[in-house]
Amino acid sequence: MLLIRCPYCEEERPELEFRNAGEAHIARSTDIASQSDEDFEKFFFIRSNPKGLIYERWRHIHGCGRFFNAARDTVSDKFVLTYKAGEPKPDISRAANDSGPAAWANRPPDQLNVKKPAARRAPSKKGKA
Amino acid sequence: MAKAAQRAVASAAGNTAKRVGPLDGRAKRTAMVSVEPAPPATRISLRAGKDAVPALSKALGLALPDRPKTSASKGSRTALWLGPDEWLVIDQAGHDMLADCAKVKALHSAVDISHRNIGIVVSGAAAADTINAGCPQDLSLAAFPVGASTRTVFGKIEIVLLRTAEETFRVECWRSFSCYAFTFLAEAARDAAA
Ligand SMILES: [Zn+2]
Repeated sequence: MLLIRCPYCEEERPELEFRNAGEAHIARSTDIASQSDEDFEKFFFIRSNPKGLIYERWRHIHGCGRFFNAARDTVSDKFVLTYKAGEPKPDISRAANDSGPAAWANRPPDQLNVKKPAARRAPSKKGKA
Repeated sequence: MAKAAQRAVASAAGNTAKRVGPLDGRAKRTAMVSVEPAPPATRISLRAGKDAVPALSKALGLALPDRPKTSASKGSRTALWLGPDEWLVIDQAGHDMLADCAKVKALHSAVDISHRNIGIVVSGAAAADTINAGCPQDLSLAAFPVGASTRTVFGKIEIVLLRTAEETFRVECWRSFSCYAFTFLAEAARDAAA
C-alpha cells in the first residue's frame, strides 16, 4: 500500500484514506463572464494528463478531510512531495528531470498535441509488472 | 401478541419506550480480546476557527487539542482532533454539550450527533491486531500512543478511532454501519485469538 504524506496531519498515512481530486493549479478566471468559449473550454475541460510528473489535488477524505496538493509521477506512482492547498507550486524541476524518459511529456495543456519527439518516447513497459 | 404486550408495558411505564441500541446484547470475548458496544453517550461535531477555540475550550471545560492525531480528556468528556478546524466531542455522562457551546459568542458550528454514532470498545492484548484486520493505520504504541485519535477507514466504512489505554480502543462508527463494524471486529477477534 502506498503511504501518502498529508501536510495537515503531518505524517504518512495509508492511501485508502485519500482520494484524488484532479489536476491542481487550475485557476478559475476572476471574470468568467467575459471569457471566450475557447478559454473556458481550456479551463474547464482540458487537462495536461502527462506521462511523468503531475501536480494534483488530493483529499484526505477519510482523515482530516482537507484538500492538499501533490506532485506525483504518473509512471512510477511516486509522490515527489505534498504541500498545503493555497501554497505556490514548488520548484521541483530537478525531481522532474530525474523522473526518467517520461518527463518530456510534462508540459502545459496548450503545448500538448504538438509534434511528439518520437525518439524520446518511453520504452514499452510490456512484461514489467 | 408479543408486540401488544410490549406496548402495554410501555404505556404502563408512562408512555416511555425503552431505547434500544443496534448492538445491544452483542459481545465477543476471546482469551486475547473483547469486543463490546460502548454505553450510550452524547456527542457533538464541532467546527470552529482558531479564534473561537479558547472560548469553546472554556465552555466545554477542556482544552480542545490543536495537534493532529491527538485528543484531550477531562472528567466524562473527550475531545478528538479530526481536522484543523474539526473535533468530535464525546460525553460519557450524557451531559448536554450544545447548551455549553450555546454560551459561546465566537463563530462556530456545533451539531448534536449523539445518535448518529455507535461506540464499540475493543480491549485486550490483541486489540490492535483486531482493528488492524480492517484498518491500515500503524497502531503500534510508538505511532499511535494512548490518547491518539483519528478518522480512518475500517474495511468498507469510515470510523473514528481513539486509543483510551495501551490495550483499549474506542471505535466510533455511524449507526447504520454498526452491525457491519461489529461483525467484522468479532470475526477479526476470533482470528486474532487463533
Ligand atoms: Zn490529513
